[in-house]
Amino acid sequence: MYSLERPVRGQSSSPKDRLGRKRRTVVSSLTEDEDNKVTTTKYSFLSFIPKNLFEQLHRVANIYFIFLAALNFVPVVNAFQPEISIIPILLVLTVTAVKDLWEDYRRHKSDKFINGLLSCGLFYHRKQQTYVDQRWQDVHVGDFVRLSCNEIIPADMLLLYSSDPHGVCYIETANLDGETNLKQRQVVRDLPQQVCENFHSRIECESPNNDLSRFRGYMEYPSKARVGLHNDNLLLRSCTIRNTETVIGIVVYAGHETKAMKNNSGPRYKRSKLERRLNVDVLWSVVLLVIMCLTAAIGHGLWLRNLKEASFLIPDTTSPALSGFYLFWTMIIVLQVLIPISLYVSIEIVKLCQIFFIQNDVDFYNEYMDSRIQCRALNITEDLGQIQYVFSDKTGTLTENKMVFRRCTIAGVEYPHEENARRLEVYEEDEAMGCSHTLKSRASAKSLSCKSLSCNRSSVSLHTLTGHSEGEEPPSPTLPQQSAFSSPLEKDIVPDPFLVQKLNSLSSPLFLLKDASMELTYIVDFFMALAICNTVVVSSPNQPRHVRFGLPRFSTLSPPHTTESPRSFTRRLFSRGKAASFTPSEENKMLHLTLGACSGLGNSNGAQGPPGEPGADELIYEAESPDEAALVHAARAYRCTLQGRSLESLLVELPGMGSLAVRLLHILPFDSTRKRMSVVVRHPLTNQVVVYTKGADSVIMDLAESPKGAEQSDGRQGHIREQTQKHLDNYAREGLRTLCVAKKVLEEEEYEIWLKRHAFAETSIENREELLLESAQRLETNLTLLGATGIVDRLQEEVPETIEALQRAGVKVWVLTGDKQETAINIACACKLLRSTDQLLTANCGSKEACKALLLELRAEVERGEAAEGTSGFTLVVDGRTLDFALQEDLKGDFLELSRRCRAVVCCRSTPLQKSHVVKLVRDQLRVMTLAIGDGANDVSMIQVADVGIGISGQEGMQAVMSSDFAISRFKHLRKLLLVHGHWCYTRLANMILYFFYKNVMYVNLLFWYQFFCGFSGSVMTNSWVLIFFNLLFTSAPPLLYGILDKDVSADTLIKLPELYKSGQNSKAYLPSTFWLTMLDALYQSLVCFFIPYFANAGSDADMLTFGSPINASALLTILLHQVIESCTLTWLHVLVLVGSALFYFSFTLVFSVVCVTCSPPTNPLGVDKLQMSQPLFYGVCALTTVLPHQLAAIASVPMSLPVKLQGLEVPSLCY
Amino acid sequence: MMAPSYNAKEEDGHQPGATGHGGAGTMTNKKPDNTAFKQQRLPAWQPILTAGTVLPAFFVIGLIFIPIGVGLFVTSNNIKEFEIDYTGVDMSSPCYNCSQSYSWNNTQSCTCSVHFSLDQPFESNVFMYYGLSNFYQNHRRYVKSRDDSQLNGDKTSLQSPSKECEPYRSSDKPIAPCGAIANSLFNDTLELYYIDPNGSRTAIPLVKKGIAWWTDKHVKFRNPSGNNNLTVVFQGTSKPVNWRKPVFELDPLDSDNNGFINEDFIVWMRTAALPTFRKLYCIIQKKPNNMTPTLPRGEYILEVTYNYPVRSFDGRKRMILSTISWMGGKNPFLGIAYITVGSVCFCLGLVLLSIHYRYGKRNNSAEISS
Repeated sequence: MYSLERPVRGQSSSPKDRLGRKRRTVVSSLTEDEDNKVTTTKYSFLSFIPKNLFEQLHRVANIYFIFLAALNFVPVVNAFQPEISIIPILLVLTVTAVKDLWEDYRRHKSDKFINGLLSCGLFYHRKQQTYVDQRWQDVHVGDFVRLSCNEIIPADMLLLYSSDPHGVCYIETANLDGETNLKQRQVVRDLPQQVCENFHSRIECESPNNDLSRFRGYMEYPSKARVGLHNDNLLLRSCTIRNTETVIGIVVYAGHETKAMKNNSGPRYKRSKLERRLNVDVLWSVVLLVIMCLTAAIGHGLWLRNLKEASFLIPDTTSPALSGFYLFWTMIIVLQVLIPISLYVSIEIVKLCQIFFIQNDVDFYNEYMDSRIQCRALNITEDLGQIQYVFSDKTGTLTENKMVFRRCTIAGVEYPHEENARRLEVYEEDEAMGCSHTLKSRASAKSLSCKSLSCNRSSVSLHTLTGHSEGEEPPSPTLPQQSAFSSPLEKDIVPDPFLVQKLNSLSSPLFLLKDASMELTYIVDFFMALAICNTVVVSSPNQPRHVRFGLPRFSTLSPPHTTESPRSFTRRLFSRGKAASFTPSEENKMLHLTLGACSGLGNSNGAQGPPGEPGADELIYEAESPDEAALVHAARAYRCTLQGRSLESLLVELPGMGSLAVRLLHILPFDSTRKRMSVVVRHPLTNQVVVYTKGADSVIMDLAESPKGAEQSDGRQGHIREQTQKHLDNYAREGLRTLCVAKKVLEEEEYEIWLKRHAFAETSIENREELLLESAQRLETNLTLLGATGIVDRLQEEVPETIEALQRAGVKVWVLTGDKQETAINIACACKLLRSTDQLLTANCGSKEACKALLLELRAEVERGEAAEGTSGFTLVVDGRTLDFALQEDLKGDFLELSRRCRAVVCCRSTPLQKSHVVKLVRDQLRVMTLAIGDGANDVSMIQVADVGIGISGQEGMQAVMSSDFAISRFKHLRKLLLVHGHWCYTRLANMILYFFYKNVMYVNLLFWYQFFCGFSGSVMTNSWVLIFFNLLFTSAPPLLYGILDKDVSADTLIKLPELYKSGQNSKAYLPSTFWLTMLDALYQSLVCFFIPYFANAGSDADMLTFGSPINASALLTILLHQVIESCTLTWLHVLVLVGSALFYFSFTLVFSVVCVTCSPPTNPLGVDKLQMSQPLFYGVCALTTVLPHQLAAIASVPMSLPVKLQGLEVPSLCY
Repeated sequence: MMAPSYNAKEEDGHQPGATGHGGAGTMTNKKPDNTAFKQQRLPAWQPILTAGTVLPAFFVIGLIFIPIGVGLFVTSNNIKEFEIDYTGVDMSSPCYNCSQSYSWNNTQSCTCSVHFSLDQPFESNVFMYYGLSNFYQNHRRYVKSRDDSQLNGDKTSLQSPSKECEPYRSSDKPIAPCGAIANSLFNDTLELYYIDPNGSRTAIPLVKKGIAWWTDKHVKFRNPSGNNNLTVVFQGTSKPVNWRKPVFELDPLDSDNNGFINEDFIVWMRTAALPTFRKLYCIIQKKPNNMTPTLPRGEYILEVTYNYPVRSFDGRKRMILSTISWMGGKNPFLGIAYITVGSVCFCLGLVLLSIHYRYGKRNNSAEISS
């Protein structure tokens, strides 16, 4: 019926797949179908060896090796004993197998953990007709699963029952897509009552796929009635049930078929730029090998032809040409080392070690989250050193994504909240300490609440659920939780003393003036609006989260202590706002009575109990956007507390009045065209219908501008508007996000009329959206401006420094954000992306033609600007619509040309798809290395498209992290990651690769030169074991260490001089020319290494091995000494390995020459090296041969080291 | 932030295995260790090639190498060496006739006498070599064509030699010693006579003992054990095709020098590295308690029993007389090379020093920037 598709790595399935003709059927009686066991391991105990071998044999490099080994078994061409030629391939296979085994073991461990999770949720057991506990792995498709609040869903299931009377259930998908807000899920419609006992319906749905946002199918009831199923009915694996006491579902996808697992791509394998370069040079090596072998083959043929009968020739009938042909293959075996096959294994090892060091860098440790950097891609470390373009998300990446109420203006009076500002600064300083402390206590309170429900599983995070993708160890399970709460930074707003004073004057005897009271109305209304004009969900830590309280509870919550009088006072206060009739004398006495209730406001600092204090009846606000939460917290700081929310009403505590139930009539949700949201409530005190609106300043200001309102309040509104606008401008200059708050009181008739039309809009099927929009717009007119708020989304620490460093390093930084243009520019300014001397180019246009014209015009402007002096650079700001045009086929050239000349580009209002298009365009068209960094689900596509994707683990959960190559916790880490680790990884690897080539060419050429003296017969002057081990053992460790530990520049210098990064961008360490220079150097060295011993032995009675012994020894010493000269740092580890390698070689040959009596024919080494090492001539030759090749390097380095080159910052590519 | 995870796990009642690193009871603090190794701050020496390091190195190399070179050169020059080609290519050459009538199977041996004179007396022990040119003892297939275990006295290999020996593995019986190397054993006999000024010929005693490596003679090469009578031991084997006598009769004079441990044979079996090579033939020992040189100045005759064919591949045969020193035979190359390298280093050092002195100082200020 359906086929199980293997997860596609890192890609979403193509649209064709999604149409999914294949379907699956789920019937409850279906047993033992697909269980929920997850195995991400590749091998089992038995299958490891054959399967791993099979996989390894698929690699071209290994095939080459095996080909060589096999070739050696052909008698006419064999060069060594058969067993010797197997050694290299065996070694490589073993090393790789051990590595694979280790990786698989880690996967196995995490699988075992997840599969063994014993859900304390209950699983319906069909035979026993009851719910029993089961392990995750025992859940099957078609099983019924009952879960309680805060439990993690073990498999994708269809929601059949919810304890909620409305049949909804809330889930938190932070584990899956990183979104912390709650999502509502709906019970399947028209479901017969009995859920499990006799469930005879049939479910047809699409076969498993990785699309999180789509699910389609239908359920066929026994009555043959069909009900459509969609995403709203599906509970996804690894999400958490929130806000609902019990749910029951039927499993439709289990184990690997779940959408969570399908989305879990695991570690990513990318081919790095350096490796592509490397492969070219490996091909060159092959060419070189063929040339050398051809030379030998032709030489052998000619040599044979010129020889007549010779006693050293073995008589056979082979023609010289055929002998030459055979010899070609022999030579390939002899010179096989030229192709650096072990290089591939070495590179993998080196990269693993580089990753180890990156992960262990203490600078990437975030104490606040107790997290270090996660390296998810294991093989692109060196790409970090070659980045040319950085594409960054804004919110959450450059900024904290912690919206904090900073200041406000009410009724034209600015409240600067100096204390609050100071608090924010203090937080900046010792954020880690303070936060972690308070969070701890709060979090423990949380776990307490879970215990009361006997479901404390809530803290199991996605990392553990999705297993092997995790870099090192199961991460702190606290992440998702933490994001569900706001930090004290956002909560503990310090109220402005003046404002508090004014609010307190509610109870002051001086509260007589009409003006003051008028202002007070505004203030109370303002905070009321902040508290209720939102979609925030409230929960308390001491209760199960989001357990909704029904209306009956409201009455009990209604304040019993508060007297009627302050209520009636406030009612009057409000009613006066409408009727404008107020007699202060009447209220005087009553105000005194309220003193007690309001006293809490008196001490401005202690308005709230210390946050996180155990036992404090603390409310937790969960908002869709952090801005809303910030505003609710702000209102709360002034004792205007949102206490609860249900569908029909809100519970608000007002200063001096206790809790009031506010009837919620309508919510007109936020949309981007209106740029505002409104709530329509029945005011609890005045019983009027009131509209509270909050939204973008530009919109609200326009709506509030009503001639009618102006004349009504004697220009008062005009004054307020004027003042507010002034304040707003100030806020914007400070980089604050601004929102305006307004209200409108509706007459009953007015409301009735609107209600009718609104109801029509709601029920209409066609043009529903448009009608609703129209309806909302009709309501939101003639607003009374109450005030405005300024919210800070603080930049993360060291963001400007990081961006500046990146720009100095020659990296172009683009900011791609969904935010509006003003905010984007603000932030760009704040993080020094945009300097004051920069010329700002803005591209906003409505049509393609306009766009084209604009692009050309801007380009001309840039060209003019480049000619003129004074501007340091250009910054292009593009909005989403213009970007759409610019990305089209015929304009993208112009766009790229323009953006290439700009120092920075800011794309605002861009969609996730656009982000990835931009990255792709730049990457492909300009052929540059790109890096994308982001924190949210909307950055995922961009992260995946870029050469290097970096996820920021933070407020928005894990999705960006899951798709990234590296996951860091702060933006500032990017600086060290690129400038230091990237540079190091790149230069290290490049140098190591070059060294490998050098080493191989150098050694192989020794064998090649010998061919000229042995009739091109493929003889070697070395023992074959030594020959094979030379590359694999004696000289393999030093380059590894070189690739892991070498530092051409110290970390401090790299940070101080970001310009040094440019050498990596231009691939300076590994250019084709460098490769050929290295080859030439190797050639020269091998010549020296061969011919000095040659001349020293010419004509003497030296036998082959005696001749080869000093050549080998000096080649080894030369290679090691070359390493010393090439490397820039020598630590005791280097010394250990270098000396160890040399000693290993000498002791090996020495022991071998003593022990090996008849072994290793025909190059039996008995006595050779023992004798050699007792002769001074041997040392004489070795000394000369080792020193001479390096003279060149020394001579070459002297002019380099002359300080002439150091002028300015042009530092030579040598170590410095 | 760590507290909840910790609490939750404890309350769960099962410590998840995946915690791995945390260890029991400890809070899983992921802060990396701040050690010099993990933070890549190991104290390091920077082997940077700068004028400051290269110049002294040049001078030091120069100062060390020149004396060594001089020493080597002088030593090499003190070594006396005499070489004479007796191949008989020229018509005038005494061995011309012998060289013409060549066949491996000649039963009739051809002898020729080569006259030569030594200008200088040879003190101390003199080593007598035979030299072959254009003889590729290092040809791969030639080198392979031997059976080390047979030569080591292994009885199984004696009866069935290694396949590598083909086509010199067996004729009708297995060949001992098998293989091309053994088959092509150098079989010229050289004798040396001193011609007294009065005209009489004195045979110079040639010692055949001690010309092979000790390890070869005593470890690597061994006769099959079991019987002291080599004839019995080698029963059932045949001699190599080109040989005139079987392996156990190689040295008729010394019965301990027969079989595989015949030193001439051993020397031959150690295949030469280069196509032009010499092999030790015998040693002319310094006369004890005699002040006369081992080989005084004067006329000599080299009597050659000419068996070994080299003309077919343009080979040459030589006889070499040489004394040796601690550094082996005469070889001026190494001394010259040392002197050259040393003086080049020294001169370069001087040149670079002057360059550095002249240009280096001027730009010192720029160095600060890095």
